[in-house]
Amino acid sequence: MNIPYTSTARPDTGLYNAKLGIWLFLGSEVMLFGALFSSYVLLRVAAPAWPHGYELLNIPLATVNTIILISSSVTMVMSWASLMLKQFNKYKMYMGLTILCALAFLVIKYFEYSHEFIEGRFPSTSSYLGLYFTLTGLHGLHIVGGIIVNTYLWGPGSKMWQTDPQRFTNRVEVAGLYWHFVDLVWIFLFPVLYLL
Amino acid sequence: MNPDHAEDIKKSVRKYIVVFVALMALTVVTVAISTMHLNVKAAITIALVVATIKGSLVASYFMHLISEKKVIYATLILTAVFLILLMLLPVSTYLDRVVH
Amino acid sequence: MTDETSKHGSHKQVEGVGVVTHAHVHHDELSWIRKYVFSTDHKTIGIQYGITSLLFLLFGFTLMMIMRWQLAYPGEPIPWIGSWFGPDNAPDGIMLPEFYNQLGAMHGTIMVFLGVVPLAVGAFGNYVVPLQIGAIDMAFPKINMTSYWVYYIGGVTMLVSFFLPGGAANSGWTSYAPLSVIATMGQTAWLIGMVFLITSSLLGSVNFIVTIIQLRTNGLTWMRLPFFVWAQFVTAFLLLLAFPPLEAAGVLQLMDRLAGTSFFMPSGLVVSGVPLTNSGGGSPLLWQHLFWFLAHPEVYVLILPAMGIVAEIIANNTRKPLWGYKSMVYAIIFLGFMSFVVWAHHMFMTGMGTVISTFFQTTTMIISIPSIVILTAFFLSLWGGSIRFTTPMLFALAFVPMFGIGGLTGLPLGLAPADIHLHDTYYVIGHFHYIVAPGTLLALFAGIYYWFPKATGRKMSDLLGKLHFWGSFIFLNGVFMPMFIQGLAGVSRRLYDGGQQYAHAQGVLQWNEFMSISAWCLGLAQIPFIINFFWSMKRGKKVEDNVWEATTLEWTATTSPPLAHGNFAHIPDVHRGPYEYSVPGGSRDFTPQNERA
Repeated sequence: MNIPYTSTARPDTGLYNAKLGIWLFLGSEVMLFGALFSSYVLLRVAAPAWPHGYELLNIPLATVNTIILISSSVTMVMSWASLMLKQFNKYKMYMGLTILCALAFLVIKYFEYSHEFIEGRFPSTSSYLGLYFTLTGLHGLHIVGGIIVNTYLWGPGSKMWQTDPQRFTNRVEVAGLYWHFVDLVWIFLFPVLYLL
Repeated sequence: MNPDHAEDIKKSVRKYIVVFVALMALTVVTVAISTMHLNVKAAITIALVVATIKGSLVASYFMHLISEKKVIYATLILTAVFLILLMLLPVSTYLDRVVH
Repeated sequence: MTDETSKHGSHKQVEGVGVVTHAHVHHDELSWIRKYVFSTDHKTIGIQYGITSLLFLLFGFTLMMIMRWQLAYPGEPIPWIGSWFGPDNAPDGIMLPEFYNQLGAMHGTIMVFLGVVPLAVGAFGNYVVPLQIGAIDMAFPKINMTSYWVYYIGGVTMLVSFFLPGGAANSGWTSYAPLSVIATMGQTAWLIGMVFLITSSLLGSVNFIVTIIQLRTNGLTWMRLPFFVWAQFVTAFLLLLAFPPLEAAGVLQLMDRLAGTSFFMPSGLVVSGVPLTNSGGGSPLLWQHLFWFLAHPEVYVLILPAMGIVAEIIANNTRKPLWGYKSMVYAIIFLGFMSFVVWAHHMFMTGMGTVISTFFQTTTMIISIPSIVILTAFFLSLWGGSIRFTTPMLFALAFVPMFGIGGLTGLPLGLAPADIHLHDTYYVIGHFHYIVAPGTLLALFAGIYYWFPKATGRKMSDLLGKLHFWGSFIFLNGVFMPMFIQGLAGVSRRLYDGGQQYAHAQGVLQWNEFMSISAWCLGLAQIPFIINFFWSMKRGKKVEDNVWEATTLEWTATTSPPLAHGNFAHIPDVHRGPYEYSVPGGSRDFTPQNERA
């Protein structure tokens, strides 16, 4: 049974199904992180005192992480572009790099968190730290999800390139949109939590 | 952009590199400014402006939003409206609260 | 529900020129597990949602029937089943307040999240929408299957919570902090269950929106869509964009409960004489904002599919087009949008200033307008119609005045000064139950009687249907009308003894027994329905494919039940609007949507 417009675009909308689907899902993700940002705003405005990020967190390390994540976004879009240019080997390389960058991000996060715990700073210590751990933790879970999807597309899922290259390219594009969104969230998280 | 044309993709790749460099530069800028320890209002404004520019670059070029279809724009505008309401109204309710 | 026509379906291959049904020739027979348990077919998934949600509705209703004993006869041992609840909940069969609170919180949660929405959206939406738009399935069949099973897991989590130490969640379906944060383990289970349910809902809403936008058949323009599809479309957007803040809030409350954070816990809290040791600085109002940001659109999720069902049935049983179809479409879109801007009318009593409360009061008054447009359109649709009092039509007709009462009683609640007196009283319970119970639930029953022949090829018994209708209609009013009286007298909600201890309640306490007896009779009135539902599956009168002589594609372009594989022998093209009944010059009093001009 073939659902129409899984690979080709529907003429009047110009979209294939999964592309519309992922943007809708990203809309819901905007509301998810938006709610957390809204909580941050309310709690900070109502707080008598609020620490600065640089007092408690490692800015240089987080800056490195920001650079790593943005780089992974570039390699992700390059992996899709490689498929569009029918260069499967280049796709594998770029997608592999994306996954490696993502893992590096998580490793640095691990160091960040363990340093906080060693210093006796836990989510329960203050509103600021509660928000820091929850926001970055949820973001980190999204990174894990992205790693799983991307690894599948790099590994067993990439067999689809042989049988249905158009559909596979679309899958990579859709995974890319999710991954860029994760990067986008961090672009806002980083200054809000670390720099302000 | 017709995705079937290799030339178009190669042009896009050039754009991706440019955007990447811009994002790196803006990251350096935002960290540098934060070291100046400006007053809270200015710091927040500048940080959010820079973040918005960076985010717009990612969305427009990496996510191809700049050449996307109307249906997607409509969904995102709707989401943006509700997001703004969600950001503004709770804190406004707090600010307007009855204080004895 | 077996599909005897599935064998026919697999033999009907590609038909004429320009018609695409199956692209492959050979069709493997799926295993029983893949066909009925882990099915990706929207019809099977719709039925799974239907049966599961009806069971949850029955369970949630049973919880209330038990609560109503305590309200009618406070402190009296529950008869017959009192010993089943154990000494922690009901020693000697007498309900403890803690148990009452569990029953209350879970009644609300189960009815809203496990009952009504899965039935209205998961069951009716999944089964009917692809058929009505001429699609062979939803856009993402595997995601559809996942959505059902994640709902199932969420439901099991909620049920299991009753058996945890301390019982189920007991802080209301609204789970307000700080009470919910210091509550027993059941609250954690509630939060985890909600995460599953919200995930299920998000997967489903993406599916519905993409399906409706992308998979409409040729000629099915937006303004030719059945109103039912419009209703599901707007509902899906509400679910998509309103649920995530509650998911975020759920995560925050889990952090408060499990990681000791203080997102919602204010400073200086003392519980049973012992000061709490958390960091404080949190805001209980933050929970309320995030909760109601979802929960208000959620109540529109409860009503919109019902309006969609009523629209279909009224058009069909008046044998004339819906009055004001275009106005109804614009109204429902406007309603969906406005539903996101009114939420703090649930928070008028939280110390809100006049500027913000005026804002929310204004938006709340504005949102009543599209509802009135839709209700008026239903009413005017009856004018000059050849009304057929079929069983679905009885339920659909009753919806109109019942929703009217529910909606009108909302107006004083939306006006902040009146809400000062009515907030958290039985008036509120009466208001929202009128909309959901004599409102949505009657509409959902209407939908079951209406589409049962499509799903099974057999009609439900009209005699049992009419018994079910009159019993339900009468006793629903019996349960909920007196609540307005009690509310106006100032009786608070969520009181385990029904207000016995309050002087201002004494004059209206006698209604408790009346409402309880009505509730139990309402329960009895469901028996004809349950018998009818299962008996008719096997022994109901066999009927033709388009038994109601309807115009929409699910009736005119497929068999009853639809072909298991691909729904349609020929994918229909649409040539006209959805309600072309009694077209002048026509040979019949209805013209199918896929009939050429």
